[in-house]
Amino acid sequence: MRAVITVIGKDMVGILAGVSNICVKYNVNIMEVSQSIMQDLFAMIMLADISDSNAPFAQLKEELTEYGKQNALSVHIMHEDIFNSMHRV
Amino acid sequence: MLNTNDILETIHMIQDENLDIRTITMGISLLDCADSDIDRMCGKIYDKICRYAGNLVKTGEDIEAEYGIPIINKRISVTPAAMVAAACPDKNPVKIAHALDRAAKQVGVNFLGGYSALVHKGFGPGDYALIESIPQALAETERVCSSVNIGSTKAGINMDAVAKMGHIVRQCAELTADNNCFGAAKLVIFCNAPEDNPFMAGAFHGVGEPDCVVNVGVSGPGVVRAALAKAPDANLTEVADIVKRTAFKITRMGQLVAQEASRRLCVPFGIVDLSLAPTPAVGDSVAHILEEMGLESCGAHGTTACLALLNDAVKKGGVMASSHVGGLSGAFIPVSEDAGMIDAARCGALSLTKLEAMTAVCSVGLDMIAIPGDTPAEIISAILADEAAIGMVNSKTTAIRLIPAIGKKPGEDMEFGGLFGSAPIMDVNTYSPLKFISRGGRIPAPLQSLKN
Repeated sequence: MRAVITVIGKDMVGILAGVSNICVKYNVNIMEVSQSIMQDLFAMIMLADISDSNAPFAQLKEELTEYGKQNALSVHIMHEDIFNSMHRV
Repeated sequence: MLNTNDILETIHMIQDENLDIRTITMGISLLDCADSDIDRMCGKIYDKICRYAGNLVKTGEDIEAEYGIPIINKRISVTPAAMVAAACPDKNPVKIAHALDRAAKQVGVNFLGGYSALVHKGFGPGDYALIESIPQALAETERVCSSVNIGSTKAGINMDAVAKMGHIVRQCAELTADNNCFGAAKLVIFCNAPEDNPFMAGAFHGVGEPDCVVNVGVSGPGVVRAALAKAPDANLTEVADIVKRTAFKITRMGQLVAQEASRRLCVPFGIVDLSLAPTPAVGDSVAHILEEMGLESCGAHGTTACLALLNDAVKKGGVMASSHVGGLSGAFIPVSEDAGMIDAARCGALSLTKLEAMTAVCSVGLDMIAIPGDTPAEIISAILADEAAIGMVNSKTTAIRLIPAIGKKPGEDMEFGGLFGSAPIMDVNTYSPLKFISRGGRIPAPLQSLKN
């Protein structure tokens, strides 16, 4: 299963490293990354393969959310299908 | 890869605009539970619900976590209880309500619908006893919801049932007077009741349905309002287009969740109900969509036209997004559950007569409306008859959920709390319809041709 990780917040050093580290910890393979700065807001979107993840989805989600809270970022991880079904006919 | 803007749009809809799946409702047939021994029947009902719906709440929560979409309610609808109660017509069917309530608590759903009777053409065995027991059943149980279908376009309106239901609505309120008359909020009276509606309190599992089915109700008035707010000068053709596009996206999400729930529960997928169901939360109001279209307040002249546009556009956008659409599908206008409606009713912009007109073009009917506690049963019956007539003639569902606020007068408020919100008590016309209601009989089914 593939999931989309989004990170939105104020730009600072180490966001990509922070999120990637969590992915490594859970054996999640990052397949694509795109990032942009909108005004001074940092938006990063990662497509990750979580089929070989070594922990339940909920735990990964919790850790990412917690990372977001600590760094004043909004971090979400959601199943890829939600975006495909909403935006592609 | 996916478009960044699309991804951010979805997240924005969920985080800031209250987009959610309002309910996953599992429909369960109780027909095979019928038994001439009521205790044995209650045992079978309890066992079947627990067996089929044991994983419903857990599955809903799993999907919610994985897809990141809030799924607000997990619920159950069952075969109208009057049908199984017919197997032992001399027993008080309230025992069935208790069995349903126990099962609902056991599997962890917050409401279970189907303590119902379909009497649009007349009372069958079991129907009368069940209807008589509704006030007691709703007062003594916590999670059971009830509905009665009193008319249809094909059958006309059963005015004996209408007269009876006026008294039943009052009794429901009286028996729960110490709990905000909440019994009446769990009772819906229908004309043209849909058999696959996932929304409470009017959900039941129709007789034409399979043994078990999963239906999903989506919501998202906040998303539609936000989309319209971005186009303040659009003409109404463009407004309808924006609503359609937004409804399409919302419904696609519902379709995904419905399919996923169906797969995980190993239960057939029934329908997606593409409704705009408001909540009292700020930014989750259907009234505010109407105001966004250009009304100073919901209830102003023009409200019916705006609502007609909205209701139609929601359906048009939604039908293409789902393989099976059903239920009530359209815009709900419950007064107590919609922040904009509450404000409009409080300031006097929205009256009961305007609401009645709006129900001719919305997806449901007079919903969650508090009326003065001293309103006599025949006036309640007459409101039911008016509303059923609108549904019957227009070949649409109309539902009525009135709450006689025992001991309270117009201008006061009923506070239900949570998703049920608060309802200002609205004035009713007090001229008597007693003679009309006491005539009884049936209003014949309307012509389906010569439509003018």
